Amino acid sequence: MSVSPAEVAVVPDTAMPHARLVGVTRVFSRRGKGEDIHALGPIDLDLKRGEFFSVVGPSGCGKSTLLDVLAGLATPTSGTAEFEGRPIAGVPAGVGAVFQEDASFPWLSVTDNVAFGLRRAGVDPAEIARRVDYAIGFMGLRGFADAYPAQLSGGMRQRVCIARTLVMQPRLILLDEPFGALDAQTRLLMGDELLRMWRETGATVLLITHALDEAAMLADRVGVMSARPGVFIDIVATGWDAERDSRIVSHPRFGDLTGHLWERLRVESLKHLREG
Amino acid sequence: MRSALGSAVVVLVLLVVWEGLHLAVSNSGLPSPVATLVRLGVLLGDADFWRQAGETGRAFAAAVVLSTFAGIGLGILLGMNRTTGAVAQPILVNLYALPKVTLYPVVLLIFGLGISARIAFGIMHGMIPLTLFTMNAILNMKPVYRRSAAVMGLTPWQSSFYVVLPAILPEVITGARLGVSLCLLGVLIGEMFAARNGLGFVVMQAMERGDMPSVLAVALLLAVLALVVNAALLALDRAWRR
Amino acid sequence: MTREGWIRLLVIAAAVAALELACRLGWVPVTVVIPPSAMAASLVDILASGKHWADIVISLRSVAIAAVLSIGLGFLVGAVIHAWPLVRGAVEPLLASYYAVPTFMFYPVFIILFGVGPAAIVAIAVLLAIVSMISATLVGLDRIPLVLRKTARMMHMGPASRALLIGLPAALPHLFTGVKLAVAYAFIGVIASEFILSGAGMGYAIAYAYNNFDNREMYGLMLLIILVVTVVNTGLDAVDRRLQARLRR
Ligand SMILES: Nc1ncnc2c1ncn2[C@@H]1O[C@H](COP(=O)(O)OP(=O)(O)OP(=O)(O)O)[C@@H](O)[C@H]1O
Ligand SMILES: [Mg+2]
Repeated sequence: MSVSPAEVAVVPDTAMPHARLVGVTRVFSRRGKGEDIHALGPIDLDLKRGEFFSVVGPSGCGKSTLLDVLAGLATPTSGTAEFEGRPIAGVPAGVGAVFQEDASFPWLSVTDNVAFGLRRAGVDPAEIARRVDYAIGFMGLRGFADAYPAQLSGGMRQRVCIARTLVMQPRLILLDEPFGALDAQTRLLMGDELLRMWRETGATVLLITHALDEAAMLADRVGVMSARPGVFIDIVATGWDAERDSRIVSHPRFGDLTGHLWERLRVESLKHLREG
Repeated sequence: MRSALGSAVVVLVLLVVWEGLHLAVSNSGLPSPVATLVRLGVLLGDADFWRQAGETGRAFAAAVVLSTFAGIGLGILLGMNRTTGAVAQPILVNLYALPKVTLYPVVLLIFGLGISARIAFGIMHGMIPLTLFTMNAILNMKPVYRRSAAVMGLTPWQSSFYVVLPAILPEVITGARLGVSLCLLGVLIGEMFAARNGLGFVVMQAMERGDMPSVLAVALLLAVLALVVNAALLALDRAWRR
Repeated sequence: MTREGWIRLLVIAAAVAALELACRLGWVPVTVVIPPSAMAASLVDILASGKHWADIVISLRSVAIAAVLSIGLGFLVGAVIHAWPLVRGAVEPLLASYYAVPTFMFYPVFIILFGVGPAAIVAIAVLLAIVSMISATLVGLDRIPLVLRKTARMMHMGPASRALLIGLPAALPHLFTGVKLAVAYAFIGVIASEFILSGAGMGYAIAYAYNNFDNREMYGLMLLIILVVTVVNTGLDAVDRRLQARLRR
């Protein structure tokens, strides 16, 4: 099999994990003002290239902290984090993130928001226009291209952020409860769009969610985290094929899957509720 | 505690800058901090100074009491109704931003040259922020508070006293903090222009004599007093918000 | 215009009409207040005769200089204090009480430092106005959402472009509140200093007219100041409201 040099850089070895965390922990020091907060870990995780991985866990267990480590926004207190074989130091090229909080820029229109990163990267204007237009259509924002975030609903603003990340064509996409502001039905439909995008781009996706059905439907594997400090207490392979969509919620195995996830999570969530 | 230490350091730095200016300007008349404090000591031992201070104190106290009651009362009245609030808001904001000193002659023409003009002028300054803050606090109060009170079976009077009042109090205290400071400013400006009494008058006289140590001694005294009163109200404000 | 806007206009018009009537019927002696129509006529005369143009120019120039200085310096000082938590902890408690200090009393100090004339008055106005800009800058920089900083880092932006393209627009609504207050205080500082302490400018002209029992001229000048300040404030307010509506989240 002949491989062109450009592809060698991006696809060096399919056996090697796309991103790898080994013994990663994160402790927030409070400098004498009370006990340090052990927020996360130790975490061991291999993300395979092109897989769709979902993370579920009780509130405050360290999911967003895990995302910060993978995005290069936070350094692990101990352990190592790698992306494409190199240790993560600063934000690696090829990683995109959509955060839990609304990160749309209120002073820019939807179009300018989505184009922001591409313009910073000095991409050719015609190419920018093409990609932005596609992403806006893809995210169902067609009629709002010239609107400002203040005029949009919370769910639409989150879609602006997703579009802004997608146009950069990242190889690893990190999503932190991107559909948190949506109703359950729209959520499923957005999930379908996400699956379509994932298949088209071949990117690796890590999706943090608190909706078990969303995790079970979208992911190849679902990681279940314990209460803080969050560690993976179970990693469940869903076994769906790549061509799945939201209709699998009526598949007989789907109920078993979410049932199993809830069984693992129930105890941990109770812990969170009791300890606060 | 650490911030108190830091503030002390800032005050020390200001004193050093003052001393530096005194040395830089040399004999052209800017007194040193020490000379100012010595003069303040002399003034504090002077019976006439205390009479003038008493005059300022009386006008200030009257203005504070009257503007507090009038300001809160008017604020509540305007805040009871969305429309009156929306109508009054920009007018009050504009009054707040207006250089009210230009209106002082009107006050003098109405009240004459006595203490009542200074009191009225102090009220003009102090009342507006209180009215504005009280009104906004009532208008911005979450409607769900009042509805919850009604659901829990409180009478309107009970709900005013146990729900509305505690809900708006922090804002009212903030308004009072501004109002008290501005009352003092109004009274002093009044005394500096066309008066024969009060600390403002003392300062104006000293200015005319070119008696800089006295000017700075009185200014310093008033600045420290204003800071202390304001810091006390700030502490009250914080304690309540907690 | 909104319904409230019309009611407001009506209330103001009614108040002016009532004053006019009270003056015309002799309920209020003309030695105290002159009818609003006479104030307006006096204002027209003042502007047409050009008698006070020099005063108007002096005052407005002082206000403009004081406003620009306090906005610029206030922003700089605010940004430096914000980047320096130790200094901030020390300065902030003083800032909160600062406006309580009767600034006007320090006028003689500025005369010694800057000499007699507009510079001392500008200094007083700056002293009065700068603190609201410093406080607004601190608030604005504090309120830049953490998630926007994270987003900027995800886009590999350097510190300079981060500050310029993310920090500044995100802080803008708060900064503008500071601008609005700084302009208002610049007006108050300049006019009040002129009124009590100086020998030129619109504030002085009013005091002069009062001392010479020239009520007509005095009320004309008062009306002028009130109109100018109201127009400036209303304009800034309109910009402010648009900024808040679009940018505040
Ligand atoms: N900057 C910080 N300083 C101190 N503690 C922090 C900080 N960030 C997070 N924490 C703590 O770390 C823990 C994990 O936080 P994290 O945001 O990762 O949780 P999460 O799983 O994303 O929660 P949620 O589901 O509510 O979003 C929490 O207890 C939180 O209080
Ligand atoms: Mg989170």
